[in-house]
Amino acid sequence: MIELVSDTRCIECNICVKACPDNVFDAVPNKPPVIARKADCQTCFLCELYCPTDALYVSPIMDADDPVVEQDLIEAGLMGGFARAMGWSNAKPRGTHTDPTYRMFEDRNP
Amino acid sequence: MASTVDMTASSQSSQNLIADVLVIGGGPAGCWAALCAREAGATVILAEKGYVGTSGATAAGNSSIIDAAPGAPRDKAIAQREAKGLGLVRADVVDRVLEETYIQLNRLADWGYRFPTIEDGTPWRGSMRGVDYLRFLRQRLIKNGVTILDQSPALELLTSDGIVSGARGVRRVDGEGWQVKAGAVVIASGGCAFLSGALGTRNLTGDGYLMAAEAGASFSGMDFTGQYGIAPLHCSVTKGIVYYWATFTDEAGTIIGGKGDRQDAVAAGLKNGRVFAVLDKASPRVQSGMRGQPNVFMPFDRQGIDPFTQRFEVGLLYEGTVRGNGGLIVGDDTATEIPGLFAAGDAASREAMAGASSGGGGPNSSWAVATGRWSGVNAANFAMKIGLMQAKRISRGAGGADLRAVGSAQADANEVVIAIQAETLPLDRGFWRTADRLNASAAALDTVWQDALDLQHRIDPIRAREILAMAATARWINASARQRKETRGIQRRVDIPGTDPEQSGSILSGGLGAIWAGSSRAKRQESRP
Ligand SMILES: Cc1cc2nc3c(=O)[nH]c(=O)nc-3n(C[C@H](O)[C@H](O)[C@H](O)COP(=O)(O)OP(=O)(O)OC[C@H]3O[C@@H](n4cnc5c(N)ncnc54)[C@H](O)[C@@H]3O)c2cc1C
Ligand code: SF4
Ligand code: SF4
Repeated sequence: MIELVSDTRCIECNICVKACPDNVFDAVPNKPPVIARKADCQTCFLCELYCPTDALYVSPIMDADDPVVEQDLIEAGLMGGFARAMGWSNAKPRGTHTDPTYRMFEDRNP
Repeated sequence: MASTVDMTASSQSSQNLIADVLVIGGGPAGCWAALCAREAGATVILAEKGYVGTSGATAAGNSSIIDAAPGAPRDKAIAQREAKGLGLVRADVVDRVLEETYIQLNRLADWGYRFPTIEDGTPWRGSMRGVDYLRFLRQRLIKNGVTILDQSPALELLTSDGIVSGARGVRRVDGEGWQVKAGAVVIASGGCAFLSGALGTRNLTGDGYLMAAEAGASFSGMDFTGQYGIAPLHCSVTKGIVYYWATFTDEAGTIIGGKGDRQDAVAAGLKNGRVFAVLDKASPRVQSGMRGQPNVFMPFDRQGIDPFTQRFEVGLLYEGTVRGNGGLIVGDDTATEIPGLFAAGDAASREAMAGASSGGGGPNSSWAVATGRWSGVNAANFAMKIGLMQAKRISRGAGGADLRAVGSAQADANEVVIAIQAETLPLDRGFWRTADRLNASAAALDTVWQDALDLQHRIDPIRAREILAMAATARWINASARQRKETRGIQRRVDIPGTDPEQSGSILSGGLGAIWAGSSRAKRQESRP
């Protein structure tokens, strides 16, 4: 589930509030959004793509809290890792043409 | 269950809108429906429970799709479908779906979607990352003038003299009501996975099935729902393709093999205890292909696991009608049995395309594109025949949804959800079915249905309707699985392990208070209360 909205990175654009499919965040005037309905989070990682500043972190654990320390995540290179791997930047997909998924299908005889 | 509220006289909805076509649900099916209705000249509103672009199974999952040019590739793809469908696939339908998919994939490329190119220079259109694909479609919708209502679940249809004439719902953000009067409605609200946690399925609670059933529509293929996705334990990521290169072992390290596919192996292992996987059969090249789908690696990279060399524990998450095949009965034009109501994607039965086996891995995405387009065009034509008259029609809510309800009975609601899940999610309910267990579930679900009805005015309307929709869908699945007295594809009756050549037809189902299921419409009439 979503574990972190980084106060230092967030620019309060509220894109995540709008774009989360499960309405997990609430906007707060002049502050970063809050995680208001964590239990509704479907652990889809998609808010990370839409955040323009890599301020969000979603833990892959979907059924329990998984407290994180921002500095550790930064050191492990995990903040923004999903967006980088997908080729998204500034809330836009820019890597569709470099997707090597087809290599899996070469080896399958369906 | 029709409510007696005359919506034209009601001021309940803060947002009253009019359009030729209303599309409910903004996954690929709904996006294509909205786009194609708009291109056919209709004014279009797309209402989505979440956000168009991130919501639904495709957005969070992926979209392998069947890109088969006419001629030999097409013939091969059709033959494959027929073989996997175990008697229920219709070659003519598959051909039409693949032709439409082929045309629309070409259009995507023409519009500027950047498909990858294989090393030898051939373009590859056989898969798109769902979130990339849907973001692109969203931009296209906006450009073409489709009105998008994000975070706006539809809660019930409107009808006028037996014709579907719109829908109403509630905005998630402020709880305000909305209503759209429309000349035709497309249900594209996806399938139902009973909040199992499978990737991208949180919003897929069968709402569209419930709304359509309240208007009188019925279902087919609800028996072909014994579908589970493999995921690392405690994780949502049910991306099955990578397990094609997995070795599964039990706790002691003994290899779990056996007949059937990957899910069968895992299910067999889970019967006896814990199951572990390692993706050790993937060559470096295949591994690099997997990296094209970074969500596969979120559970691994973020927990410090190397899935190619280290064992990790896996489980199965129920996917119901998302990668199973049940859904609304539609004709070749995607019209449901109710005038003015069309259905596309997972909201519609996919038996003609996927037969008795899972439609994941290509058939479902192709079906979503093709039925999306057909429903959009046909809904536009239907609406334009009604023309300006439609705004003057007197419409009623078909479901008795209480848009104003406020919630305090959360604890009761949670209990009802747990009760629904107890009859749907466990492997000995959904995966391995027996007459005894199905009968016990049927009785339990009768009680659950009453409990879900009782909740309707005591919790917030969105959750209330989701729970009612799941209860109804569980009952259609149960009744259909009882009716199919054989094993075929993802309907596994362990009490009747053989496939019976006499039972290669569809099982239809429907009803709300009293549920029915049968092999034909005639049978359905008989068993109607
Ligand atoms: C992990 C995963 C991977 C998959 N991979 C593949 C694949 O590679 N190839 C393939 O062919 N198939 C695949 N499938 C299946 C495929 O994702 C679905 O068949 C496809 O998404 C169906 O499209 P759809 O538009 O009908 O439904 P969805 O994409 O599920 O969209 C339905 C939309 O309706 C909305 N909605 C629901 N209720 C309401 C309401 N009351 N009001 C308004 N909106 C509502 C939902 O929020 C959602 O956005 C996969 C499924 C999963 C779970
Ligand atoms: S992981 Fe998905 S559901 Fe959870 S907060 Fe992010 S976008 Fe929302
Ligand atoms: S999208 Fe990122 S930057 Fe914008 S409000 Fe959310 S966390 Fe902050």
